[in-house]
Amino acid sequence: MEQARRVISVIVLNEASVLSRIAGLFSGRGYNIESLTVAPIPDSKYSRITIVTAGSIKVVEQIIKQLHKLIPVLKVYEHADLVEKEMAMVKIPLTESLGDIEALAHAYNGRIVNVGSDTLIVMVADEPMRVGHFLEAIKRFHPKEIVRSGSVAMER
Amino acid sequence: MQISGAQMVIEALIAEEVEVIFGYPGGAIMNVYDAIYQQSSFQHVLTRHEQAAVHAAEGYAKASGKVGVAMITSGPGFTNAITGIADAYMDSVPLVVISGQVPMSLIGTDAFQEIDAVGISRPCTKHNYLVTDAKDLARILKEAFYLARTGRPGPVHVDIPKDVTAQIALFDYSKEVELETYKPTVKGNMRQIKKAVEAIANAKRPLLYLGGGVISSGAAELVREFSKMTQIPAVETFMARGTLHHADPLLISMLGMHGSYAANMAMSETDLVIGLGARFDDRVTGKLSEFAKNAQIIHVDIDPASISKLVNAHFPIVGDVKNVVESMMTLAKDQVDPLRYAPWHNTIANFNKLHPLSYTEEGDRLKPQWVVQRIGQLLGDDANISTDVGQHQMWTAQFYPFSRPRQWNSSGGLGTMGYGFPAAIGVKRADMDRVSINITGDGSILMNIQELMTAVEYNLPVINVILNNNFLGMVRQWQTMFYDKRHSSTDLSIQPDFVKLAESFGGVGYRVTTKEEFDTALKDAVEKNVVALIDVVVARFENVLPMVPAGGSLFNMMLEYKDK
Repeated sequence: MEQARRVISVIVLNEASVLSRIAGLFSGRGYNIESLTVAPIPDSKYSRITIVTAGSIKVVEQIIKQLHKLIPVLKVYEHADLVEKEMAMVKIPLTESLGDIEALAHAYNGRIVNVGSDTLIVMVADEPMRVGHFLEAIKRFHPKEIVRSGSVAMER
Repeated sequence: MQISGAQMVIEALIAEEVEVIFGYPGGAIMNVYDAIYQQSSFQHVLTRHEQAAVHAAEGYAKASGKVGVAMITSGPGFTNAITGIADAYMDSVPLVVISGQVPMSLIGTDAFQEIDAVGISRPCTKHNYLVTDAKDLARILKEAFYLARTGRPGPVHVDIPKDVTAQIALFDYSKEVELETYKPTVKGNMRQIKKAVEAIANAKRPLLYLGGGVISSGAAELVREFSKMTQIPAVETFMARGTLHHADPLLISMLGMHGSYAANMAMSETDLVIGLGARFDDRVTGKLSEFAKNAQIIHVDIDPASISKLVNAHFPIVGDVKNVVESMMTLAKDQVDPLRYAPWHNTIANFNKLHPLSYTEEGDRLKPQWVVQRIGQLLGDDANISTDVGQHQMWTAQFYPFSRPRQWNSSGGLGTMGYGFPAAIGVKRADMDRVSINITGDGSILMNIQELMTAVEYNLPVINVILNNNFLGMVRQWQTMFYDKRHSSTDLSIQPDFVKLAESFGGVGYRVTTKEEFDTALKDAVEKNVVALIDVVVARFENVLPMVPAGGSLFNMMLEYKDK
């Protein structure tokens, strides 16, 4: 079956249990959610959920129809032409070269955001693929911890 | 007014004009039961199992067209009810199911009789609620009834912790339901409807494919007119039996795995499927790539998720069947020539002549199909017919002469053995003037046999006709055909004495081995007007035919089965 990566935005009522209703549509079919981002939409009673998933086109389409059917769901967007960003934070020992790290981060829309007594934290925000490249490149600085967010997406 | 949460439940049911609820009490729901005890606006029917309470509410809902209400306690009460809830979800039955829950302070502590009820009911309800504050109860209950009966109907579950039922708060049921995120499309898109009617006018071999949605939208009468006016023949799904009168010359029969030869051939030969409130279920379509291969497809459904789910629709129309067919009729009046389809009628008549639904008599042995037909001859329109699940169910769907919508009541989607008897109790409660028959099997009847007590206590005299072949017949049939006759765990030779069983509960029992005995027993049971078990000994190895083996093409039917 034809497989595809899909980014779906769901606008939902900001209420208890709504996330489990949505996640249930995926888990009930044995589908994995690759990443998930949820935050309230300012000045409204709604939240925006951005879901990245991969699977057969037919099944994902079926999931999208079922998403529409859930009572607390206002809208579902399937993104085709979109701007998509992720962020990542990486903790690095202070023994590494600050200049090199700063330069690398800069190439991926990032910078050093915190310097502590023995570690620093660098953050980047970029397209998911480029964040992946950054995390590959940062390995040489012996990262102690990596935190990566889910995607947020917006129609062009 | 300031009242307790328990009192609010009562007030809401009264406001919704509920006349009966089916339920079973327990610790977490006691406050509500105390309030039920102190009111006289509606009846509470105590079933003898929570699953039966939900099935009875389903039967009541299907026969009456109203929302059925069931009430149960937390933990095991709720888990027992879940089969009924899932059944209602699959068959789009409007229900409100109210369950007790442990107090808020104990939720999540593995308290006595605690279970995450909304977590369990989430995938098998249209919507569900955990009520955390009594001030929300009026809104939630009003939404629950509204959601259950509008759009594609379905069960809504409301879980209420015990402390919330004791809490005093303001109750105001007068506010209109406001659900910004829920706006079902009732009216179909006119442009699509126009195109669909053009397609009908240009078709040579159009076929109405009627589903359960026709009945739940109250469109059966209209569909009868539409078919008569346009002279378009119709096949019915299992769920849609009774939409057209059995004697209507335009009704071909039921289609699908155990559909008639003519119905399945018509579906395979049609050039335009007009699907109304049907969902192209796998038991209907057989092999998808061969299904209605020569046809364009009009698909009318209130649920957009049903359209093009399995079979791609050329004319998708989201809307209420009644509303859409009304619009179609106005246009079709001028555009569709009813004489145009005469050659198509001839083709179908030939299919009917070639292999009509039939069975072979074998001496004195009672054939189950005969029993079904005989009930039809003796009671016809005066009976409402429920069934359990298995061979008897298919024979009933094939051979009973249904004459009106809501006469037929069976578990289609989930296929729940044990559904028939409690559902028939609910049917009886909704339609006291007619005889409520449950045609069942010797396997199914034992799955909710305790309901004999409910039927006796509330004087809801269901007549259970057991087509007894000492087998789990449908599984046995598959084992015979596809598992080289290894009848694994399907031989039910060891059985109770059904006559004594009925009598021990205060009902009547009959054991029947001949046609004469059957007539006498049925007439006597109708006359006595108490719950009855008629144990009919039928031919043991009878198969349900025709049969489209699972995954096979609809036109490749097994018309007879010769035992090797």
